[in-house]
Order: sequence, then structure tokens, then C-alpha cells
Amino acid sequence: MSELLLEIKDLSIIYSTEDGLVKALNNASLQLHKGESLGLVGETGAGKTTLARGIMRLIPNPPGKIVGGEIFYEGKDLLKLKDKDMRKLRGQQISMIFQDPMTSLNPVMTAGDQIREVILAHNPGMSKKEGRKQAEDMLEMVGINASRYDNYPHQFSGGMKQRVVIAIALACNPSLLIADEPTTALDVTIQAQVLEMIHDLKEKNNTAMLLITHDLGVVAQNCDSVAIIYAGEIVEYGTLRQVYKKILHPYTEGLFGSVPSLDTTSKRLNAIDGMMPDPTQLPKGCKFADRCKYAEKRCQERNPELIELADGHKVRCIRYEHEGR
Amino acid sequence: MENNTSEILRVSHLKKYFPVPAGMLHAVDDISFAIDNGKTLGVVGESGCGKSTMGRAILRLHEPTSGEVYFQGKDVLSLDKKGMKELRRDMQIVFQDPYASLNPRMTVSEAIAAPLLVQKIYNRKNKADIEKRVKEIMNMVGLANRLINTYPHELDGGRRQRIGIARALALNPKFIVCDEPVSALDVSIQAQILNLMADLQEDLGLTYLFITHDLSVVKYVSDDILVMYLGQMVEKAPSDKLFKKPMHPYTQALLSAIPIPDPDLPMNRITMKGELSSPINPGIGCRFAKRCPYAADSCSQQEMVLTEEEPGHFVTCQRVQRGEI
Repeated sequence: MSELLLEIKDLSIIYSTEDGLVKALNNASLQLHKGESLGLVGETGAGKTTLARGIMRLIPNPPGKIVGGEIFYEGKDLLKLKDKDMRKLRGQQISMIFQDPMTSLNPVMTAGDQIREVILAHNPGMSKKEGRKQAEDMLEMVGINASRYDNYPHQFSGGMKQRVVIAIALACNPSLLIADEPTTALDVTIQAQVLEMIHDLKEKNNTAMLLITHDLGVVAQNCDSVAIIYAGEIVEYGTLRQVYKKILHPYTEGLFGSVPSLDTTSKRLNAIDGMMPDPTQLPKGCKFADRCKYAEKRCQERNPELIELADGHKVRCIRYEHEGR
Repeated sequence: MENNTSEILRVSHLKKYFPVPAGMLHAVDDISFAIDNGKTLGVVGESGCGKSTMGRAILRLHEPTSGEVYFQGKDVLSLDKKGMKELRRDMQIVFQDPYASLNPRMTVSEAIAAPLLVQKIYNRKNKADIEKRVKEIMNMVGLANRLINTYPHELDGGRRQRIGIARALALNPKFIVCDEPVSALDVSIQAQILNLMADLQEDLGLTYLFITHDLSVVKYVSDDILVMYLGQMVEKAPSDKLFKKPMHPYTQALLSAIPIPDPDLPMNRITMKGELSSPINPGIGCRFAKRCPYAADSCSQQEMVLTEEEPGHFVTCQRVQRGEI
């Protein structure tokens, strides 16, 4: 395995709202090596985006707050950096593709200028003309003709807007790319084009990627390792093959059962009953116990630790506690 | 009009054009099909291909430009306002976005009772009977009776979509247009709703026109599948056949773009060039020709014709028809 790029240790993030304290992320730990792609899979409200924004230190405060943990990026703890230094890192070393291309671009600024803005911000002293040239190169790189530099976002289709957002994220050759549902708003054929493009650009620059999605298919085709997140906790974590071929956690099992398979003819899905617990009133024990078909009494009593099995595959479930090493 | 007892809906040469400043937008262009009682016809295609417009045109929520729609032998397009209102008891629709399709100022019971009152099934003053029927419908779609006085904003997406389905079911319809009913939902909730819809179909003998862009969902729910591209039908076949042996190059590319949640099945992706062209004044010939890897000059010169290549398997590609590909 190549050099460690990002290490998140026990990261916890809360939001204080009128309804009470929302524990959005609890003791999340993840590692990402140079050039590696990690898929973070979970449903709405599981804490995926909170984790991503936490790494970027973009949690709106108030109401959000990082209450514990460390985030090491190339050995430096990001949470201890001064705001000024963090700002330099953002966009330059770590950058993010936001979820919704329809709303993440500025409607009154041309697409090209939005790319140039990032380039100029991180290269003080560069002339506007040189910035424009680089921005045009970026447009070409993501498959948009440079002659469209002066077009506004509304003149582009959804897939092209997402390409512009990707061009902005990759403009400074970051070493870490956080892609928050980059293709959720797109059609399958356009999704395929965009993912292929991200893949090629990643290979070219040896960029590491944290790919956030709810689509198990997208992860299978694009990632090296996977973390499954549920109600703010990582419940299963391992290499792609470990998680997909040897499912351990009942929630992961439920997720796979919920996806209509292309090669079975069964007329019922193995859906998970119920819903994710209210984040202001998380249960004391296992967060998934209420929906779990294997739940026992002891599951309600205490929350299991994330256990590492002999092959490095990690799972947060009481049923594997005796197997842990 | 055939006198086939099992056939519930027949659509012939349905067209819906919208006049726009730049010309005529061909949203639905000459679509014909029939659905048998109790079956599901899946309609797939990318955003903007006209699938929702078609669903709405069948119900006359958009007045069709031309064509014929027969429901149980009745000529739908010739009905007057009163006749149409009567027919709506049998033909209903479930809308795409459960966040936008419910009136935020109506409680669950008001929303579900509305169709009953509009159709004068119950007298407004007969509160006890209305409540009894509303509770009955809520049980049918799996909504707890305690939610009867809640407002949509208090409920999550899955429950809201259950209200949307409850409203459609309130009048005991025979036929429901399901316009992307699960696309706004998380996978585990999506599975619950798909199971519910399958159960309802079986219990109540419903016929569905199921519109979606999600190919794994369409395979799972449909008996027959109709593939649309830029307002036109390019292929129609029984579900299994279409997935086993797609004939039209667009269907082939579409199916190859589905990310499969299995790391051992690498994708043989057929990458399509470009994006959808404009549906405004499209001109003659195959509308997919510009993106088609097999396109020949002849493709843009003659109108497409739908032919039955194998029993039940219809396709419009000229080159397939000539046996060239």
C-alpha cells in the first residue's frame, strides 16, 4: 500500500438545534492512501456529507461543531491549523465536488471565470490572461469546448454543469478529492461519462478520492475500499472485495437486499423495515437494533465497538465480538 | 379498436407538441402501445425524453396534440369535462416528488379525503364515514393511524410518498400512472415502497404505467418495457427479453451504463458521445443517429418505423431491421 495521505481518528460532529443536540457523526475513523478511492455509502441523514465537510472544516458553526477527534493530512492535524492556513489548503490540496451541480455554481458569473477564480486565488501574482488560459485548458480537460468559457451556468446542461464543478475542483491538481454524490443528479449515461472522466483524471494525477454516494453500483465500479455509515457511525469498513463478497453487518445486508438486482426474477425485495433513528434521540445500544432481524436483548444495552477481524475487515456488530483480534 | 377483454389501455400515435419561441418542441412523438389488465408497462429514458409528458398526456393532464387513447374501450380524448371527471375515478397518478406534490397546509387525512370529496363519494358532512375510509386507505399503504392529523412537513419522504399512493388509491382506480414514484427516496425506503406497490397490484388487480429512469427498478417492476429517446419510442419488449437481448443501439448503451454492485463483474460500457440533442424541430430520421456508434448516412434520411423483429419485441433501428447489426 502506498503512503498514507489522510487519517481521520474518532471524529465526532454535533449540531445544536432547537429540537436538541444532533449527534451527526460519532467517532468516525477512516484512512486514505495516496491514489486510493474510498467509497462512503449511506442513506440521507447518515452523516456522509457532515464527514466530508468536517474534513474541509466547512461545518457551519453555529449550529455545527467538531467536538472530538483528529484529522491528519500528510501528518498535519487539520483541526489545529489556523484559518488562514486551512484556506490555502482548500481547493489547492484538498478539494470538493458538491452534490448538486444545479445549485453549486454562481448563476451570475461565467463558467470560465468561476474556474479562473480558484486558479487565481491559489496562484497570487498570476495574470488574468494566464489564469484564463489555464481555465480554458481545464474546460477542455473535462470535455467542454474552450469557446464556452464565457457562457453562464444556465446555458449548460446538467451533465456539463457537473463537469464545470469538477473542473473547478481539479483546477489546482489537488492530492485529495472529496466527491459528494457527484453523479446523483445525472442520468445513467451521463453518470457513466462523468465517472469515467473523474477516473481518468484521478489516474493521471494520482489523486486520492473520497466518493460519497448511496449507490452501491457506483462504488463497485470506482472504489478500492468501502465504508458503510449508518446514523452517524461507521458500521462496516474494508476493501471493496471484503465488503461486497463477505457482508458482515446486518445493515449492509439490508442495503444490498434493497437494490433490485438485474439478474433475479424475484418479485419482492428484502427491504429493511422501519427508518433510521431520530438523530436527536439516538438509542443507547446499537443504532440499528430496532430494524435488525438478528437483534438480541444485549444489542439494546450497549453500543458495540468497531471490531477488526483477522483479515482487516471491520464491523460494528455484537455478533462478531468473539472473532475480533 | 380491438375487442380484447384483457386489454385495459390502448394508446395509438400519441403526440404532444409544445409551441416554444424557437419552434415546436416534440415532447411525445407518435407513441403507440397497449397494456393488459393487471400488468405493468415500464417506461424508461433519460430526463427530457418525454416520459412524464406521455404519462400526463394519457390522463389528459396535458391535452395531447393528436393521437388516440382508449381506456376499457372508451375513447378518452373525446370525453367532455364531466365524462373525464368520471373517468378519473379509474385512472390515477402518483407523482414524482413527495416533497412538492402534497399541499403543505393539508393534513394527511385532508389530503387523502380530497379525492373522495371532489368525486362526491361522500358528503362533506359525513365526517365519521370519511374518517373510516381514510383510515382504511392508510392501513392499506402502511401509514399508522396516529399520523392522521399530521402535516406533510412532519413526515419523511417514504411516508409522504405513501400519502401520494393513498390519494391515488382512494377512489379504487384500475389504472395508475406512476411517475418516478421512488426516485426521490433512499434505497432502503425505495425498497419498502416498491414492495408496497407490488402488493397493492396483486391485491387490487391494478394496472401500472411505471415511469422511471432507474433501469434496475424498471426491470424489477415491469412485465413489458418501453424505451424512449427524444419523444420517440425506440424499443419495446418483454422485460426479460429486453435485458437479455437489447436490439436498439441506444438501449444497449443505456443498459451497459448501469453500475453493477459487484466488483467481479467489470462493466462493458458502451460510451455514448455527447448528450441529448434538442427536441425542438427535430427533423426527419433517427434522433439517436448523432450519438450512435453504428450510424450510417441512411439513418438521418428516412423516417423511423417500428417493426416487430421477434414476437413481442419491437424496435425502430433501420440497421437492425435490415439485419446489418
